[in-house]
Amino acid sequence: MSVDVRDDEPAVDRSISLVNQVSTGRQLRDVLFRLFLYATIGLALGSLLAVLVRTWMDGGDKIGTAILKNQPSERPARAGIQSGIFGTLWVTGFCAVVTLPLGIATAVYLEEFAKKGRWYNRLIEVNIQNLAAVPSIVYGIVGLAFIARGPLQWGPTVATAGLILALVVLPTVIIASREAIRAVPGSLRTVSLALGLTRWQTIRKQVLPSAAAGIATGSILAVSRALGETAPLLLLGGLTFLTRNPSGLDSRYTTVPLLIYNYSTSPTDELRQVAAAAIIVLMVVLLALNGTAIFIRNRFQQRW
Amino acid sequence: MSTSHDVVTSRIAVSPEPSTETTNETQPSPTVLLTRNLEVFYDDFRAVRDVNLAIRQNEITAFIGPSGCGKSTVLRCFNRMNDLIEGARVAGEVTYHGIDLYGSEADAPEVRRRIGMVFQKPNPFPKSIWENVAYGPKGNGVRRKSDLNEIVERSLRSAALWDEVKDRLQASGLSLSGGQQQRLCIARAIAIEPEVLLMDEPCSALDPIATSRIEDLMQEIKSKYTIVIVTHNMQQAARVSDRVAFFTTEVNEASDRRTGLLVEYGRTTKMFSTPADPRTEAYVTGRFG
Repeated sequence: MSVDVRDDEPAVDRSISLVNQVSTGRQLRDVLFRLFLYATIGLALGSLLAVLVRTWMDGGDKIGTAILKNQPSERPARAGIQSGIFGTLWVTGFCAVVTLPLGIATAVYLEEFAKKGRWYNRLIEVNIQNLAAVPSIVYGIVGLAFIARGPLQWGPTVATAGLILALVVLPTVIIASREAIRAVPGSLRTVSLALGLTRWQTIRKQVLPSAAAGIATGSILAVSRALGETAPLLLLGGLTFLTRNPSGLDSRYTTVPLLIYNYSTSPTDELRQVAAAAIIVLMVVLLALNGTAIFIRNRFQQRW
Repeated sequence: MSTSHDVVTSRIAVSPEPSTETTNETQPSPTVLLTRNLEVFYDDFRAVRDVNLAIRQNEITAFIGPSGCGKSTVLRCFNRMNDLIEGARVAGEVTYHGIDLYGSEADAPEVRRRIGMVFQKPNPFPKSIWENVAYGPKGNGVRRKSDLNEIVERSLRSAALWDEVKDRLQASGLSLSGGQQQRLCIARAIAIEPEVLLMDEPCSALDPIATSRIEDLMQEIKSKYTIVIVTHNMQQAARVSDRVAFFTTEVNEASDRRTGLLVEYGRTTKMFSTPADPRTEAYVTGRFG
């Protein structure tokens, strides 16, 4: 079905020009703005690279299994961070056990059950946003007053530290989970309810599976924040030097960041190199966690 | 399918609803859903008023009317879907076989199990075809795989989709065409063996061929289900329905907002040939709306 259009061909209209009419000034501003954006990215990546290179130059020699296996010591040749690694695992593990169920449950309540107009729900919402912005040292003070001492009297233990870190990251977990839950299309809920399923069935079978990737990503990022927290633990009596691994929730503990703090303030160069090596270990773990989060997000993200 | 149906029919025989229909038909079929002075509010705003309807068994009832006249709102009263909208409130009476749908003993999930719904936009779950159809029965307690397989096949056959998908039940429901997706949604809705099927503009997102397949399907399944369909398309209402309810809107003097109301309800042939209300006539002859 080809139609002969030769007869319909119009004469070229010279009054129309399709050549770029935009002034060079505008083009220049366009280029400048793009350069500015590249510069900001460069600055961010550059400073990260500087930190990495500097740390590697200081601690690269010390990286090896010895530093992971050895307990802290004042003698550089035998200094390591084993008790810190186990302490971090205990504290962060307990933190995750407390914060994940609580945070996800709160997010489910706020997104699925809470009536948005009620004053107490608005109060909860505003408070969560605010709590996310509270400096972690403040949580440390609260923990010291009410958990380590005060009514609970848990002392300077793994449980105290885990609980306080749980409070520190709880708002982040809640906010990330809420966003993941909110991203689940309403039609999935509507259809599920229209098929005679209860609200809880609908949440369990539609909402949570669809939001799982987002919740996991947010939770990993939140917990990785707990991994690096130092300030509240210093306040709560986390030790900066300890040669024994924790044996339970009621043990005293040290963590990798606390050991880094200790080693980096030591007078000898070689011990400061141990600090740098510990920083590398911590960063590798953090990068691995963030990488996992990105992987989960890309691999399991639902596209609607 | 037939078992639950028989129970329902026998219950009607015991306590028949008084017929609000005045035309001299031979034996009208029993009333399944009845509304008396139904009103729906969104917070303080009255969205619909004066809805008096009797939906009859194994008939197709069409709700027509201009946008915003409350057709869908009324439809959603029948399976308590308005419960999901914050601030929505129902006044007046809605009964299902004489039982108050908003009474204390009416449990919303149980209501929805008996009164199913198909939505405007085809909205399969992002799961396999099999999982889509089996979802409702699973959630309502069917566990055995063989039972589920049987339900899936029967439902897909009823929805005239079986032959097209029987070799790829594990494929995603979203891989189907729009018309097939909508038939999948119908299969999913009838998998839990409801008595009533509410269809909220089920063809508005479909092309004419897919639309005509859905309309044929409605005629085929009419013997098993009572169907209420909301449609913007008057020709569709004329083609498929036994009865038509015409809604319109009236501007509220005080608030300047539009409240929907039921104008006229009757047999389709009568509604399209000799409507009693001039507003109905104006609408069906295309003079407004």
